[in-house]
Amino acid sequence: MKRSFVLVATLGLALSSAPAGRAATELRFCLRAEPKTFDPLLVDDGNSETIRYLTGGVLIRVNRKTQQLTPELAASWDVERQGRRITFHLRPKLKFSDGTPFSAEDVAFTMKRLMDPETHSPTADTFRSSDVPPQITVSSPLTVSILFGAPVAGLERLFDQVAITSARSPLKTAAVLGPYSVEAYKPGVEVLLVRNPNYWKMDAQGVRLPYIDRIRLEIQQNRDIELVRFRRGELDLINSVDADTYDDLARVMPGSAVDAGASLEAEMMWFNQVPTAPLPAYKLAWFQSAAFRRAVSEAINRADICRIVYRGHAQPAEGPISPANQFWFNASLKPHPYDVASSRRRLENEGFRVRNGLLYDGDGHLVEFSLATNAGNHNRERIASMLQQDLQAVGIRLNVVTLDFPSLIERITQTFNYEACLLALTNLDLDPNAQMNVWLSSASNHQWNPNQKQPATEWEAQIDKLMRAQASASRAEDRKRHFDRVQQIVWEQAPFLYLVTKNSLTAISPDIQNRSPVVLTPQAFWNVEVLRKPPTSAGSR
Amino acid sequence: MKKPQLLAILVLAALLAAGVAAGLWHADSHARQFRELPSARPSSTFPLGTDDLGRDRLARLLYATRLSLLLAPAAALIATLLAALAGGTAGYFGGWWDNCIVRAIDLMLSLPWLFLLLAARALLPLNAPPVASLVMTYGLLAVLGWAGPARVIRAGTRHLRESDFALQASAEGCSELRIFSRHLIPNLKPVLLAQLWTTIPVFILAEANLGLLGLSASEPFPTWGNLLRELQNPFSIRPVTLAPLAVVMISVACFKLATPPQEQHS
Amino acid sequence: MRKIVKTLAPRIGTLAATALAGGLLTAFLVRVSPGFDVDERQLDPRLSEASRHALQQEHAVNRNVLGFYTHRLERIVLHGDLGTSSSLNRPISQLFRERLPVTAQIMAIGIAGGWTLAFALALPAVMCRSRVVRGMAGLFHQALLCLPAAALALIVFDLGGPVRALVALVICPRVFEYVRNLLAEAYAQPHILTARAKGLAGARIFARHVLPSVAPQLLALAGVSVSIAFGAAIPVEALCDLPGIGQLAWRAAIARDLPLLVAITFLVIVVTQVCNAASDWAGFRRRQA
Repeated sequence: MKRSFVLVATLGLALSSAPAGRAATELRFCLRAEPKTFDPLLVDDGNSETIRYLTGGVLIRVNRKTQQLTPELAASWDVERQGRRITFHLRPKLKFSDGTPFSAEDVAFTMKRLMDPETHSPTADTFRSSDVPPQITVSSPLTVSILFGAPVAGLERLFDQVAITSARSPLKTAAVLGPYSVEAYKPGVEVLLVRNPNYWKMDAQGVRLPYIDRIRLEIQQNRDIELVRFRRGELDLINSVDADTYDDLARVMPGSAVDAGASLEAEMMWFNQVPTAPLPAYKLAWFQSAAFRRAVSEAINRADICRIVYRGHAQPAEGPISPANQFWFNASLKPHPYDVASSRRRLENEGFRVRNGLLYDGDGHLVEFSLATNAGNHNRERIASMLQQDLQAVGIRLNVVTLDFPSLIERITQTFNYEACLLALTNLDLDPNAQMNVWLSSASNHQWNPNQKQPATEWEAQIDKLMRAQASASRAEDRKRHFDRVQQIVWEQAPFLYLVTKNSLTAISPDIQNRSPVVLTPQAFWNVEVLRKPPTSAGSR
Repeated sequence: MKKPQLLAILVLAALLAAGVAAGLWHADSHARQFRELPSARPSSTFPLGTDDLGRDRLARLLYATRLSLLLAPAAALIATLLAALAGGTAGYFGGWWDNCIVRAIDLMLSLPWLFLLLAARALLPLNAPPVASLVMTYGLLAVLGWAGPARVIRAGTRHLRESDFALQASAEGCSELRIFSRHLIPNLKPVLLAQLWTTIPVFILAEANLGLLGLSASEPFPTWGNLLRELQNPFSIRPVTLAPLAVVMISVACFKLATPPQEQHS
Repeated sequence: MRKIVKTLAPRIGTLAATALAGGLLTAFLVRVSPGFDVDERQLDPRLSEASRHALQQEHAVNRNVLGFYTHRLERIVLHGDLGTSSSLNRPISQLFRERLPVTAQIMAIGIAGGWTLAFALALPAVMCRSRVVRGMAGLFHQALLCLPAAALALIVFDLGGPVRALVALVICPRVFEYVRNLLAEAYAQPHILTARAKGLAGARIFARHVLPSVAPQLLALAGVSVSIAFGAAIPVEALCDLPGIGQLAWRAAIARDLPLLVAITFLVIVVTQVCNAASDWAGFRRRQA
């Protein structure tokens, strides 16, 4: 009896996942590790974010291609009081995946959970503009407004990360409004998603989306095995590939490798300027000198890094904002030039002298310092090697120290026992307000000298002022003007030396129709609901 | 000395000499990047081609041989000797000492020693020479790598303890220490040597894997271990990338051949 | 019954003492290692100060090693609760239940396959007079020893082979030398030479005369094989994404997951001691026979 029930239930599920008269289709790709949570409000890792993107219904979506806001569950919205209040007008007659009706109560419930002081997640924290909890008002089943204690910069974009959960469904967070819902999770093996039969979107012909019936997310950390499986046709896409893999794939599987252009990710290095760091005073003096930092930056051949490490799939970086960020990028900035003569002049002007090919400071100390980076990242180790040779040309001796990631984090966030660090910067959010904790001198992520009681320099004080101004400005043009100036100051003072901006490289099977990889995550499947593929054959796995 | 033994010693000496000469000939030959020639094919200028940063593969291989040829066998030897001491004495003397050693072996095999390696690395100064990290890693591998072989040696010793020649020596009034050192240890030689030849490449690969956690020599210092890491992706393997593998295998084979043949003791 | 209790009681006591010492040493090693107290999430600039503080408090619980260990032991002994993994946010007992069968299967295949392969290489090397055969066996053994496990994994995977059998390729070269030397010694014994000279079948000589004489030492090696197999399973599972205890141990080490690492240490000590005790007992019985 029990077996037959299971069989019927399974059969029922299988049949419900594909519209009648059509064989089931399945999209297969990999997650690099286990998702840490299936609760969309607690997401703080990339793999959980993938699940959220595929299953969560949001009020407003940032279109990954155009980078513009598009209405989703909210048919329209109004922002008032200079970004303090937002009112949503919801689409009618929508349902969660289990049939529970969607209404303004669900939005209110989700926002209350999100803004609970015990909810600690990046999504929740981006809304916290003040200590005053927001007031949420449901004025009708399809109208809800949220009033924040202080203006929230870029408020509308933040709702792209808020997946609405049901206030009434017995399935709780398992009831979703996105194109897919979680059907099964085998820890360590895979997550299986099935199309949401109540998904609200239709195509132009009135066919309910998504086209693909199932998504199989296999947990696979080994990138080489992932690549082998993609080449065999066992996987349909790899969301992010490195440059070496890209060229190999472009050669053996033409049409499958896509270079979408500059991504939001840049490699950068910085010097430790923490006054209490366990460094010799003379080294601290070097690192605190903008001229020294600019000299080092000008000695670095960024074009070679792009050509050799990234095989041309990268470009020299200008600053904290990538050219891929269409609105916020300061187009007047150019990368620091590769100019060894200028570098030498700057160093001479600072009192440094070269003797027997080695650089010494004014007090006779050999200019030698270590560059810490995380071990196991082949590209970063190669970049560090290249920096060694570049700096040798101006007489600087660079020692590369590779550390395992937790050890590195401990040094750069707690003990400050490091001299220079090479890491990547990934802007998950287009809006620079998300980087507030990087640019404010009092913040913890102000990497070169965090948690300052007072800004240590005039230019850091200026940046503080500009960041606060952009956070409270209501007009986008004003915000852009302020942040352009921040980018200019960073370019001049070089607290971070931005090296290269990597291109967004993906692998996606030519069998997948409507594919259109972009630079924003998720690069290959941002438009998953309109992707099509041939039905899965019996022997394809 | 037999011909194979002599040949093996000559090959090892030649490898070591080539490694030392490579460093003396041009101090930075292993580090210099010829950026216009990344991943170049073998040529008269670069007999083994260049790596992905345009560095001379042959120079890097010879430079790596300098230290790896000495450190890996030295660490393996220390581990083997420690294993012989612990396992041999435990198997021979038995009793409470045997119990202590067996428990110690079980603990050594169960604990996550990776954290000790990480802690030791953290103690090194940031600007320590690259070779310091490598020496530290091999040193710790030597001190930690005795447990598994000790168990096998212990079993071998217990077996030999009951052999005829040991009983005869005991009956003739030989002291336990003399029986252990003059009769049992020489007969354990095959086991000890087997342990040594297996441990050398195991340590080299361990050093390569530990490099993924920053526990090996840092750039641009080449080691056999980090050169072998190029083989991790078989799809990018070309014949020249097999050169480090060939050198490691030849070196281990030469060490084996160079060892005097076992003599029968009774 | 009394005899069994009398025999087992000291062994169980020793097992418990070793496990206690092992767990404490593991906790200490993890605690003093760099990066224990940090969380990668601290690098996310979107987190507020309150969230960062909450992250730090999560780790504060495990800062006092003795306090943590005492609390853990109490939970395990009195409630059978192995605790919760701090990196995966799941009960450790559930993780073990899911993953033990995978690792057990990999280790069983690895040990059986590794030994079979080792014998398959060692026997011809010992019995055959051809230097070519001996050389080929030695070369194959050397190649297996020197090739990184990652490369072996990809070669096996690309050939469509069972990736779970990779552990066999890791164990084989580690036991090959011992097996070859033991067999060489055994085959050189006078009564074996006599048997061969008299024309006794090779299989009979091997099964009835050679194998019994080397059994005690092989059994000791078998006990160590379990430790070797587990050590080999860790990188194999991590490289090939096999959801076993080895992969769990690797991830726990990277994440400095103290509760999980201590629990894994207990598990490994128990399994190692049981296997070694079994091999010692079997060897003892073999010698008595």
